[in-house]
Amino acid sequence: MATIRTEPVTINLGPQHPSTHGVFRLRVTFDGEEIVDLEPVFGYLHRGTEKLAESRNYVQIVTLTDRMDYVASMSNNLAYVRTVEKLSNIKVPERAQYIRVISVELQRIASHLMATGFLLNDLGALATPLVYCFRERERILDLFEMLCGARITLSYMRPGGVFQDTPEEFWDSLNTLISDFPNYLDELESLITTNEIVLARTIGVGLLSDAQAIDSGVTGPILRASSVKWDLRKANPYEIYDRVNFDIPIGSSGDTYDRYYVRLQEMRESIKIISQCIEQIEPGPVRTETPFFIRPPIGETYSSIEGPKGELGFYMVSDGGISPYRCKVRAPSFINLTPLRDMITGWKMGDLIIILGSIDIVLGEVDR
Amino acid sequence: MILTKIITGEEISKSIESTLANAVVASDETAIWVSPETIHEVCKTLKNPDGLDYSFLTAISAVDYIEYFEVVYHLTSLRNNCSCIIKVKTSGRENPKVQSVSDIWQAADLQEREIWDLMGIKFEGHPNLKRILLWEGFDGHPLRKDFIG
Repeated sequence: MATIRTEPVTINLGPQHPSTHGVFRLRVTFDGEEIVDLEPVFGYLHRGTEKLAESRNYVQIVTLTDRMDYVASMSNNLAYVRTVEKLSNIKVPERAQYIRVISVELQRIASHLMATGFLLNDLGALATPLVYCFRERERILDLFEMLCGARITLSYMRPGGVFQDTPEEFWDSLNTLISDFPNYLDELESLITTNEIVLARTIGVGLLSDAQAIDSGVTGPILRASSVKWDLRKANPYEIYDRVNFDIPIGSSGDTYDRYYVRLQEMRESIKIISQCIEQIEPGPVRTETPFFIRPPIGETYSSIEGPKGELGFYMVSDGGISPYRCKVRAPSFINLTPLRDMITGWKMGDLIIILGSIDIVLGEVDR
Repeated sequence: MILTKIITGEEISKSIESTLANAVVASDETAIWVSPETIHEVCKTLKNPDGLDYSFLTAISAVDYIEYFEVVYHLTSLRNNCSCIIKVKTSGRENPKVQSVSDIWQAADLQEREIWDLMGIKFEGHPNLKRILLWEGFDGHPLRKDFIG
């Protein structure tokens, strides 16, 4: 029987496509249905954050960090202010450290809920599971609104502490949230974790081995799904993470399902951390007095935190002036795209969408 | 409390001295400096799983110091939970070049492209060194201090 002559076809996915989670373009080459090559193209949302930071003072830059990973502004704030504090030796009051940890853990839950919701959206379960996730995320955003008046671009933290103490009603709402949340997660899990369609579509899809995960520099839930037990909250504890007990969930095979399941378990751990913080927190000041224009001594530093998407680090060089000489961001979403090509080649179009969805990128952070 | 141990430049310099003589240009408490031509060899030695085992490349950054550029490598050893900093000074502003380490760590791939795009430092041996955030045909490298936008 004569074989039919075939040739590869290259198509563009994006930059305007709902499944690419922003303005992200994939140039995909197919051989029949199979993907043989892939090139991510991005930069459509590049605003030059690092250059802008060079002409703003240290407090103003907090607002720029909000707009990088815009679904996890709290974590960006924390990574940035910690670097400034390390550079200029600013001590942070204990109460502020607890408030910071509570708010970044809430932010981690919000970010993971969004990742889970959109992953299911990509799987074809249009809107319904997403709304389940967004309903709970909304309650967290309400808490943020109590803290600082904003819901997305928070700018809650300042070098030396947080912008203001928590209002009275915050603690009641927080307590209600963390007592409801485990039940909500059970409900969500009963819909997804053992769902036959989810299992069929995700198990074994988009494998990333532990060796390649380390080699390609991925961090966060993706690294841990590939069974590497590495979390900066344990490996290099910052703020008050050494005073709370929690586990690091890891996956076994590094497939799409593991990446989903690690995020789900991390939400449970975050709840554990928050409830311990509520028990331990004591009244006190929430902000150290700093000069209006902070002038760190000449020098440089690198400091990083475990953000919802991975290691979020800042490398900052100071020349003694009121703005940084250089402010480089180690953006986890950007570096997590490194193994994308290897993860996707060999799979089909429908798998491409969910593998990309399980990496959980935010284009504001990829492009900066 | 266990923290990631920060290995000083002197310690790093001492431990790679035996395999790579004269590769280290200078060292102090924070980092070691190596020349743009030997960075590949040095990184290979540092990554060796039987030796120092710096298996994880945390970040590559570049800074424009007007007279020269500095490329900074932050390395982490996940097994030993320690970190170190390697720096490379390029000569001149016209055509700065550094050896690529993308064949040692895949993590360097996108980061080196970003530095080429925004800072204009060429990484020799990179398989696909083209602009990543800006478009091909963009004039100049915006993170340089003399860039006028």
